[in-house]
Amino acid sequence: MTTPAGTTPAPAQPAVVMRDVGKAFAARRILDDFALTIARGEFVALLGRSGSGKTTLLRILAELDTVDEGTVLAPRNRSVVFQEPRLIPSERVWRNVLLGLPRRESTLARAQEALAEVNLADHARAWPHTLSGGEAQRVALARALVHRPDLLLLDEPFAALDALTRLRTQALVHELWHRHRPAVLLVTHDVDEALRLADRVVVLTDGKVGLDLRVDLPRPREGTGSRFGDLRSQLLAELGVARPSSPA
Amino acid sequence: MTVQDSRCAPGELGRDPAANENLAVSGDPAVADRAALATPFELTDLSRRRNAPGRRAGLRRVRWLLRGLVPAALLIAWQWSTSAGLVPPTTLASPKSVFEAARDLIADGELQTALRVSTGRALAGLVIGAGIGVAAGLVAGLWKLGEELVDSTLQMLRTVPFIALIPLFVVWFGIGDTPKIVLIAVACVFPVYLNTFAGVRGVDRRLIEVGRVFGLSRTRMITRLVLPNALPSVLVGIRYAMGISLLALVAAEQINASSGLGALVMNASNQIRTDIVIVGVVVYALLGLLVDLVVRLLERLLLPWRPTIVKS
Ligand SMILES: Nc1ncnc2c1ncn2[C@@H]1O[C@H](COP(=O)(O)OP(=O)(O)O)[C@@H](O)[C@H]1O
Ligand SMILES: [Mg+2]
Repeated sequence: MTTPAGTTPAPAQPAVVMRDVGKAFAARRILDDFALTIARGEFVALLGRSGSGKTTLLRILAELDTVDEGTVLAPRNRSVVFQEPRLIPSERVWRNVLLGLPRRESTLARAQEALAEVNLADHARAWPHTLSGGEAQRVALARALVHRPDLLLLDEPFAALDALTRLRTQALVHELWHRHRPAVLLVTHDVDEALRLADRVVVLTDGKVGLDLRVDLPRPREGTGSRFGDLRSQLLAELGVARPSSPA
Repeated sequence: MTVQDSRCAPGELGRDPAANENLAVSGDPAVADRAALATPFELTDLSRRRNAPGRRAGLRRVRWLLRGLVPAALLIAWQWSTSAGLVPPTTLASPKSVFEAARDLIADGELQTALRVSTGRALAGLVIGAGIGVAAGLVAGLWKLGEELVDSTLQMLRTVPFIALIPLFVVWFGIGDTPKIVLIAVACVFPVYLNTFAGVRGVDRRLIEVGRVFGLSRTRMITRLVLPNALPSVLVGIRYAMGISLLALVAAEQINASSGLGALVMNASNQIRTDIVIVGVVVYALLGLLVDLVVRLLERLLLPWRPTIVKS
């Protein structure tokens, strides 16, 4: 395994351990001898070209797909936010938020508490189809966080949002991560988003970790400055986006 | 850009990559601009056609008149031709005598009794048939084994036109209410079964994945994800079944009936009382209308989450 400079050694208490993982769809190898470790409470962003296998990787960690070979260790208490909100249309927002909680914990108060965290307290009794895209995605976020997960898996959760809503939802995710400290794997194709949010940015290239960058920037990050630009250039180069270095 | 070139379809603006590239690449922007501006075109006044509310409302009022025009004309022609003696009353009674027949039938309670008997049969058959259809649809939809056992069998039976079963049912069940109710039930099973099965199988896989991620048990998956998703489809099946139950009712009652709407109509037919026959036909039609209303009400009550039904 190549460990580029800037990566700290594997931490003592990992939330995710993947070793020698192989995965293929009909002769096409998506993951090939793949290895990744995520520490408890660590925010990792996963970048990769379209079709590189990011979603597959996330689905393996969500136990929605199986590996062909290798070892995958993850906490039992996981939550997922998908690219689409995937709310149950026949249940009101607060019932959606409580999905999967044990019956004795399924109270309106609990749902409202979770909804308040995503600034949707007064939408508890709404039907999902009445929500805007950004609101629905925040409900999905509340549904994920109500379980107090040890591992939060996010598959391009902001991709379908308009630019303004995306920025606000990103800030919200950051704030909630800071408060609850789950380990986070954020799948994204947005380099700036990865750099603003994550402790570490991992690039998936040809079924392996092509680049593993520690983002040593103070938070909150504005997305400016030479170090930011430097990291961005490295990531874009790894992603195969030729770009003349701009005088930022 | 606020001015739209009228020759360019909406959404097409700026799509042409070559055009964009020309603009971007061209060394002197002024030259490119001048060349583009030299080609003349006219502006279309898009605001000329206005959404005038007054005209719309007026049209809506007139629309009802327009829609009623042909039926009213037919009614007048009917009344005129029958009262002028062009058509003998044994062939077709006049609207007036149909109305009077209806009034008499209601006055002595005959119509109400017949209606009660007939709707009772239709309802009993519908409830039994729809019940079997939903149950079979769930069994076949939820379990692979159930599909193997139930689906092919029902698909086979479905090819039998239910009216062909009437003679058999008369042999088996006599000529009372039973053969009629059984016939209606049989006719109602298939639309409900097919739609229930499709509804259960059509559940969004992505929602099932959500259920798995959040650790729902199989029972909860079925009650919270599968069944609510299947419900709209089940209701479509029931809507069909209601219509079919009426059809089966008419068919069953005309073969042999000593009571009910069918008996009323058949007796009148034997006595060449076309006025009463037409009253019967109109009542059947009104029942069909009622069925539609009931289904709409059911959908409104049972599917409050559907955006097409809630208008708020
Ligand atoms: N269930 C599947 N069956 C066959 N091929 C699949 C399946 N899921 C994903 N793939 C393929 O695996 C590759 C990686 O997909 P995915 O993980 O969704 O990529 P990404 O999320 O990085 O865009 C793609 O080429 C995709 O076509
Ligand atoms: Mg993907």
